[in-house]
Amino acid sequence: MAERRVWVWVEVDADGQPHKLSLELLTLARQLGTAEAVVLHPQAAGTVEALGQHGAAVVHVGDDARYGEYVVDPQVATLAALLAAEQPSLVLFPSMFAARDIQARLVGRLGLSAVSNATGVRYEGEQIIVTTPYGAETIGTVTLDNAGPHLVQIRPKAFPVEAVGGTAEVREAPAAFDETALRVRLLGTEEAVSEGPNLEDADIIVSGGRGLGSADNYVLIEELAAQLGGAPGATRAIVDAGWVPYSYQVGQTGKVVKPNLYIACGISGAIQHLVGMGGSAHIIAINTDEDAPIFDVADLGVVGDVLTIVPALTARLREEM
Amino acid sequence: MVVDPGTKRLVRNPAESVLDTADEYGVELALQLVEQHGGEVTVVTMGPAAADDALRRALAMGANHAIHLLDDALAGSDALGTARALAAAIAPLGADLIICATESTDAYSGMVPGALAELLELPQLTFAREASVEGTTLTVKRAVDTGIQTIQATLPALLSVTASIAEPRYPTFRGLMQAKRVAVQTKSLADLGLDPSQVGAAGAQERVTEITTQTVEKQGVKIHDEGGDSVEQIIAYLKRIEVI
Repeated sequence: MAERRVWVWVEVDADGQPHKLSLELLTLARQLGTAEAVVLHPQAAGTVEALGQHGAAVVHVGDDARYGEYVVDPQVATLAALLAAEQPSLVLFPSMFAARDIQARLVGRLGLSAVSNATGVRYEGEQIIVTTPYGAETIGTVTLDNAGPHLVQIRPKAFPVEAVGGTAEVREAPAAFDETALRVRLLGTEEAVSEGPNLEDADIIVSGGRGLGSADNYVLIEELAAQLGGAPGATRAIVDAGWVPYSYQVGQTGKVVKPNLYIACGISGAIQHLVGMGGSAHIIAINTDEDAPIFDVADLGVVGDVLTIVPALTARLREEM
Repeated sequence: MVVDPGTKRLVRNPAESVLDTADEYGVELALQLVEQHGGEVTVVTMGPAAADDALRRALAMGANHAIHLLDDALAGSDALGTARALAAAIAPLGADLIICATESTDAYSGMVPGALAELLELPQLTFAREASVEGTTLTVKRAVDTGIQTIQATLPALLSVTASIAEPRYPTFRGLMQAKRVAVQTKSLADLGLDPSQVGAAGAQERVTEITTQTVEKQGVKIHDEGGDSVEQIIAYLKRIEVI
């Protein structure tokens, strides 16, 4: 039996290098078979060296300028054509916005199912078994029965980035779209504010949620975080509500963090959020609702009002430290 | 989230079937666009009989029509099966704009809007924080991993929205009364012209073969605060883990 070909969809950062989450997926792909990367981006050629170093044996490169001018449809058309021609066993997608759009569209186009938010993939014969957590305590095991290619989206930080050294063979991925695919035009991208908190590297994170009541009260989170020398974070709910920028968001569609200490203030603990912070070494939760799911993952749960406790804690720490 | 241990299916909204808060934002945007440009709002859902409550809520907010995909054979649908059923119901409407939430609050696979757009052969504009329509041009701002993107397409199109898109209105008494008078159209698989093998558990290509519950190793302590008296216990904990 020929060795399994496992593909990784590569997102390209603003600096023209492959995004870290795609490099994480190469680690998994190498464990499962021959790792191959697909990059459809105007600067695709510049990613080949790094992808080879991280274990891609082959990089399928498409650098048509229109991949930078239009979103989703041109990439989907070319990827669908590649999958039909090459028939890899499995395609791994990073848990990122653009990748998710492309994966979802392929589900409809190829009549395939897809798994999101997976933390592990293994083969049993030709069947693929995917591990996907539903919340903090329940783990699902999903068996994919159909013929591939299987489309599986992997959660951030499920696998480490490993530079193993190596040189990838470059194969051209011919553009397989016509002008009908040029229909969602990218007018521009404002860079995310780089002054945002460096959540991924923070040792201590203090996060706020809806329980703060209003955007004005978020300053209480910033003050406690500053007092502890940590970074302020947020739930998707308050990011979506516009209280703080997206760069603050911890969770499935934000940043996945594993600090030494995580203090969740006024956060109920939606799965979306638990996925992003459940791996923290120590968790303190402060919430008025005694039954909030956040208490299931907390080492120290405080049932009470964040608007009273958080400023009192900050003041007390000021004396202490 | 609750998973039925027997069927291994997600038990959706076990207490009550409500309009997912994520969907209220989409209904609100639809109502605002119709107020600006004219037209009608039709709300569509797929789910058990109790999903009728969610449609009633949307009607009370001001939607004009409601369609309920209701068939036992739809139970257990995966993202593709769900998208197929929704596409069959939505295609005949000839809608200019189809609005979805980005993901359900319970299953959150996030695959349905994109798959639905593909089956309807429409452009997809996802994760919208702001959306505006001028003539037949739809312009969307959305937060992605690299920053805030502005994207644009020509209608008809499919849009998925986040909570910052619009603040949902509360139904008025008049709205509640009117909602009671609207007949919800119920559609079965046969009405949709769909083969049962394409949807539901029969059409699903993925099987949840096992559900395990992890024992949470840490035995958390829960205390009740009275007027800020928990602060000393938090301080003691921070000292114990050597943060301070």
